Amino acid sequence: MASVLEVRDLHVTYRSREGGQRAALAGVSFDLAPGEILGVLGESGSGKSTLAAALVRLLPANGRITRGAVLFEEKDLLQAEPEELREIRGGRISLIFQEPSLALHPTMRAGQQVYQVLAAHGTTGKSVLREKTQQIFAMVFPEEGERIARSYPHELSGGQRQRVLIAQAVACEPSVILADEPTASLDPTTQMEMLGVLRTLREKLGVAMIFITHNPALLAGFADRVLVLYGGRVVELGPAAEVLREPRHPYTKALFQCVPAGLEGNGNGRKARLPAIAGEASVSDLPMNGCAFEPRCGERMEVCREREPTLLGVNEWHTVSCFKYER
Amino acid sequence: MQPLIKVEKLVKRYARRNRGGAQEELRALDGVSFEVFAGTTLAVVGESGSGKSTLALCLACLEEPTSGSIWFKGRDILKFAEKERRDIRPQIQLIFQDPANSLNPRWKALEILIEPLVLQGRISREEMKQRAYSLLGRVGLSAETAERLPGELSGGQRQRLAIARALALEPKVLVLDEALSALDCSVQAQIANLLMELQGALGMTYVFITHDLAMAAHLADEIVVMNGGRIVEQGRVERVLREPREEITRRLVAAVPRMTRAPMAPTGR
Repeated sequence: MASVLEVRDLHVTYRSREGGQRAALAGVSFDLAPGEILGVLGESGSGKSTLAAALVRLLPANGRITRGAVLFEEKDLLQAEPEELREIRGGRISLIFQEPSLALHPTMRAGQQVYQVLAAHGTTGKSVLREKTQQIFAMVFPEEGERIARSYPHELSGGQRQRVLIAQAVACEPSVILADEPTASLDPTTQMEMLGVLRTLREKLGVAMIFITHNPALLAGFADRVLVLYGGRVVELGPAAEVLREPRHPYTKALFQCVPAGLEGNGNGRKARLPAIAGEASVSDLPMNGCAFEPRCGERMEVCREREPTLLGVNEWHTVSCFKYER
Repeated sequence: MQPLIKVEKLVKRYARRNRGGAQEELRALDGVSFEVFAGTTLAVVGESGSGKSTLALCLACLEEPTSGSIWFKGRDILKFAEKERRDIRPQIQLIFQDPANSLNPRWKALEILIEPLVLQGRISREEMKQRAYSLLGRVGLSAETAERLPGELSGGQRQRLAIARALALEPKVLVLDEALSALDCSVQAQIANLLMELQGALGMTYVFITHDLAMAAHLADEIVVMNGGRIVEQGRVERVLREPREEITRRLVAAVPRMTRAPMAPTGR
């Protein structure tokens, strides 16, 4: 099937206050199938939030897309006029951010905030708008949609506020939802509930999602595919079940080992250290040549410093950028 | 052996107005009792609003409980006058979730580390500086960090700095309120290892407040599960998480994100 979104060789740089240029994304390519959930996994400095912003051209003023293409329904968003972009954002491609308390208007009822999204994207007629708003609330809040629609954000719990943002995001029946750490501020029970809501909406509406997170465990059982970002590059991309069970890139492997294995502990009281990755991903001094992960990699080889690895297929669906897999 | 901290029937009530404007009582803590032994870690888990953070503030003497007792080294610190409490506070230090909000953005790391020593005023300026540098080393930060502002540090480095500041007055107890939650997974692992190292080297006692059950299982010896200001279950961490007896604990255990989780219902295409 044709992709709903195709990202080709995307490069983004930021200008620093001292006048220097810093690469945040260096050649990111992937595609998104209709109705697919793509989990983008990355830590601070990996470029994951830059990716979300660049896709809909909402980069901060010092950020610039220097190369690449973002094809949405076969149209390059990087060439689109501001007018077209405004229609696409929030309409055909919608966004969900991390902090629901900051994204909602504090003195406007929740229902009104969804109503206005619809109105801004071309739905007309008060009774039509009211009815549509009602339907959306009934879908996102099966039990108490009406009460929530009449409430102000401060009267809602964190999970309910996040659902209002989801209601806004699906209001115009988008083809793609971009969600940047949408569950990070929620406690685990609410977090799971929210993943369930998103999964259900995917089933009902066939909407595709790019779900950005730093927590690999959130993607298990939720995402269809996982894309791992490190230093502004795609280091691994494959089916979620396979990447999570059998990661190939040394960074992905090391990252998964940082997460405590489960609730069982090691059984005999005294605790072992977690196998942390030495050092930090320092954004400012990524190596100019060679693999971005090389300085922290436990499996580095001579070649890793000399040139940059390219994405290699380990099988038909799973690619990894590491010289270990070169043959 | 006597516990280092013994909390008995701790109650904290807040008065608030409801939508109609009538006075309403919020029981943030509703009769909480537990013990923590020196050199061990107690995890406190529960959903948002269960009273975890109120407990942290009460333990650190930053909130006055409505009733109950907090025994520290065998004495009830809630019966102390303010002057005596000043001697207790340095011994129980609190570390918050987001160090960006708890470190003065205009101070260099060195000044941040020296401030508690200045307030205590027991040693010379030169000794303070030496202490600050040795604290940086203790938490795995380089000496050059001393000249940096918090804004120039990464999230992990900032949390290390917050821990170094907390250690400046040689506390017995660190109360860690979601201290790892805002950090990336790989940085969480580094800070968790640092906490374990410090516990081994200095015999620190931790009250580790979190909603991350997997990290609680990794770091803690004992655990208390809170809901609505009460403790619903407590015991050895292995026992409570492996064989939860209460519904709330079971629900929390079920919500732990696991790498091996099966596809969520409704299933995919």
